[in-house]
Amino acid sequence: MIKSWFKSGNPWVWFTASAVSACLIMVVGVLGLILVRGIGNFWPGGLVQFSYQEDGGQVHEVIGELIDTSITPAAMAKVAGFAMADGEDVLVQYQIKTGNRDVSGSDFRWIQERRIKRQSTPPELIAVERREWGNFYGRLVAVKESGKMIAEGPEAMPVLQERLEAALDIFDKISYLEKKKIGAVNYGLERLRLERRKLELEKRWDADAQQRIAAERAVLDGEYKKFQTELMALYRDIRKDSFVAAADDGSEHEIALAKVVRVYQPNEMNVFGKIGHYFTKFAEFLADDPREANTEGGIFPAIYGTILMVIVMSIIVTPFGVIAAVYLREYAKQGFTTRLIRIAVNNLAGVPSVVYGVFGLGFFVYILGGKIDRLFYPEAAPAPVFGTPGLMWASITLALLTLPVVIVSTEEGLARIPKSIREGSLALGATKFETLWRTVLPMASPAMMTGLILAVARAAGEVAPLMLVGVVKLAPSLPLDGNFPFLHLERKFMHLGFHIYDVGFQSPNVEAARPLVYATSLLLVLVIIGLNLSAILIRNHLREKYRALEG
Amino acid sequence: MTTAQQTRTHAIDMKSILRDTKGQAETETSEVCIRVDNLSLFYGEKQALHSINMDIQKQKVTAYIGPSGCGKSTLLRCINRMNDLVDSARIEGRILLDGENIYDKSVNVAALRRRVGMVFQKPNPFPKSIFENVAYGLRIQGINDKRTLEETVEKALRGAALWDEMKDRLNDNALGMSGGQQQRLVIARAIAIEPEVLLLDEPASALDPISTLKIEELINELKEKYTIVIVTHNMQQAARVSDFTAFMYMGELIEMGPTSELFTNPKKQQTEDYITGRYG
Repeated sequence: MIKSWFKSGNPWVWFTASAVSACLIMVVGVLGLILVRGIGNFWPGGLVQFSYQEDGGQVHEVIGELIDTSITPAAMAKVAGFAMADGEDVLVQYQIKTGNRDVSGSDFRWIQERRIKRQSTPPELIAVERREWGNFYGRLVAVKESGKMIAEGPEAMPVLQERLEAALDIFDKISYLEKKKIGAVNYGLERLRLERRKLELEKRWDADAQQRIAAERAVLDGEYKKFQTELMALYRDIRKDSFVAAADDGSEHEIALAKVVRVYQPNEMNVFGKIGHYFTKFAEFLADDPREANTEGGIFPAIYGTILMVIVMSIIVTPFGVIAAVYLREYAKQGFTTRLIRIAVNNLAGVPSVVYGVFGLGFFVYILGGKIDRLFYPEAAPAPVFGTPGLMWASITLALLTLPVVIVSTEEGLARIPKSIREGSLALGATKFETLWRTVLPMASPAMMTGLILAVARAAGEVAPLMLVGVVKLAPSLPLDGNFPFLHLERKFMHLGFHIYDVGFQSPNVEAARPLVYATSLLLVLVIIGLNLSAILIRNHLREKYRALEG
Repeated sequence: MTTAQQTRTHAIDMKSILRDTKGQAETETSEVCIRVDNLSLFYGEKQALHSINMDIQKQKVTAYIGPSGCGKSTLLRCINRMNDLVDSARIEGRILLDGENIYDKSVNVAALRRRVGMVFQKPNPFPKSIFENVAYGLRIQGINDKRTLEETVEKALRGAALWDEMKDRLNDNALGMSGGQQQRLVIARAIAIEPEVLLLDEPASALDPISTLKIEELINELKEKYTIVIVTHNMQQAARVSDFTAFMYMGELIEMGPTSELFTNPKKQQTEDYITGRYG
C-alpha cells in the first residue's frame, strides 16, 4: 500500500508542495505580524483603575493601559522570588502602561493579579499626550489662565479642549515661523557668511562687496528681528494657559498647554470616536516629525529621506548600468575579457553591503568629498560640505551596490532582441548607434526596468552601508526644501530602515517604542511595495508597447 | 520534391510558366549595375564563397537558386555588406556598384546600405506604428518634416501595394498585421528611402500562397524602378519573377544566364540535375 503510494510519485508532489507552503506561511506570517502589531498601535486603549496592594501591604491606586498579560507556573514563579501560597498553580501578572514618567520614574510596571483589590474603568480618566515625558494618565482638576483658575470640575474638560485647540494653533504658527521663516533667514545669513569668506580668500573683499553684503545682511537681520518679535508674542500667548491634573498617587501636577499634543478620555469614547482618534494618530505618524528621541510622533522625515534617496540612486544607477551593459553586450569584442568582467560584475552583487559602506566612507566621503571641499568650498573650512556623509554619497554608494543587477538584467534584455530587428534597421542605412538608440534600447527598456525594480527593492531595504555614509538618527532639516538650490545633496537624512533599528534598539525607552518599530516596519514594507509597484506598472506598459516579435 | 512523379510535373510547370516571360530579357538593352569580381568569403577557416564572378543587370530581376547552404544568401548579404556583422567573416575580391568597389576603405557602410536595400526571410517590422516603420529610414537621415514624411510614406505604401489596406491604420502597431502584410510593409520601408538595388532574401518563404502571389506581383512592378536580386528556394518562383537566374552549389557559381535559357536549356549537367530535382 505505502509502496505503491511511493511508486505513484505522489510523495514528491506533497514534498515539493510543502516546501512552497512553508515559504508562503513564513511570508504571510511576517507580513501578518507586522500588519497586526503595526496597525493596532494607534488604537486608543481603555484606561483601567486598579486598587493595588503594594509589597508593604498598603493599598494604592494605579491607573494605566493594560498592555500585556503573563502567566507563570507556580514553580517558576517561586524560583523567580515570588512568594506563592500552596493553593496557587499560576502567577498571573499584568503589564500596565502607567505613563507619568516625570512622577514615578518609569512608564510601565508589572502588577500581580492576586493583589488587585478592585478594578474599574471610570469615564472621567484622561490621557494626556505630551511633547516631553511621555503620556500622563490621571484626572482633570482645573484649567488655569496665567495662574488664575478659570474652570473646575465637570466644566473643566470642554474649556480645556477649547483652550488646547487654540494652543495647538499657536504651536503650528510657532513651528512654521521657527522652521520655515527663521530657518530661511538663517540659511541666508550662512550663505552671506560663506560668500564673505570666499571673497576674502579670493582677495576681492573690497568696499563694494562689503557694502553689498552689509546691505543684504541688514535686510535679513531686519526680517529676523521682525520674526523674533512675532515669536515672542506667540510664546507669551501659548505659555499663558495650563491645567492641573491629579496623578494616580493623588499628587497634583500643573501641565502647560504648550507642552501638550492632545487630551482625551478613552473610556468615554464610543467606537466612532476611537476610529477618529485612530486615524488622527495615523495621519500624525505619517506626516509629523518625531518627538522624544524618536519614540513618539511621526516618521515623516524618514519616509521622505528613504524615498528621496532611492530616487536619487535610481537616477544615478540606471544610466550608468545601462551604458555599461550596452558596451559589454554591443560594442566589446566577446571573449575571455568580457567573460571575466561579467563574472566580476555578478560577484559584486554578492559582496556584503557593509563593505560597500566602508568603501563609500573611505573613498567617496573622505577622498572624493575632501577633494571637492578643497576645490570648490574653501570658504566653508574647517566645516566639511561634501567631505562628510550625506544624501549624495549614500545614493552613490547604493548605486554602486545595485549596479550589478541593472547591468545583468539590461544585458539579458539586449541579448533577447532578435537579430532580425537589428539587421532590419542596419539595412535601412542606420549606423550601429542609430540602431541602438532608435530600436534596440527602447525594446530593451522593460528589461532595464526589471533591473531597476530589483535595484530599488534592494536599496530601499538596505541599512548597514547607510549608517556609514549619510543616515542619522535625527536630521534637523529635510534634504529637499524651499531654500535655494532646493535639493541639498550634502545634507544628512533619515531613513526608515535605520529608524527601525534606532527606535527599537537604541532608544532609551524601549517598551514605549516597541509598537512604533512594528508600525515603522509596516511603513517601510509599504514604501518598498509602492516603489516596486510603480516600477512594475511602468515596465508592463513598456512591455505592451514593445512586444517583441518572437517565434 | 522527392519522388520522380513530382519532379516531372515540376519540370512541365516550369516550361508553361516560362512561356510568358521568354524573350523579354534578350530584347531589351542591358546595363551592368553590380559586378561581382572574383569574390571569396571565409568564415574563419571555412571558405563559403569561391571566386564568384557575375554581372547583375540594371532594372532586372536576378534570382539566386541552389540547395540550402550553397552560399546564395551569403552572396546576397555581401552586396550590402551585411556580412560585416559577422566577426569571423573575411572577404577577398571586389563588388562594384556602378563601377565603385563597395569594399573600398573609403566607403561609408551606412550610405551604401541606403543605396542597397534589403528585405529578409522573416518579416521584421519594428515594434512601432506602421507610419513610423516606413518613416524609419527617413528619420535616420534626419528628415523630420511632417509633410515630406507623410508624402513619402504614402508613396512607399502605394509602391508596396499596401496603401489601400492600411491608410486608415497608419498609427496601429505594425506587429498587429498579418505575415504577408508585414512583409510588404518591410518592402515599403525599404523602398521609402529609394535605393537603387533591392535585395530580397527568400521574401516569401514564411508566407502563405496568396501572400506569396502578392509579393511576386509586387516584384514585377518594382523592377520598373529598381534592380532586384532575389534569393529563393522555390524554382517556380525564380522562373516566374526573374529575368536572370544564377545557380549556385557549394559556394560556387555553377551557371548564370537568362532565366528562360537556364531552365529550358542548362549548359551544365549540375544545373540540369538540380532543376529537374535530382538533388538538392
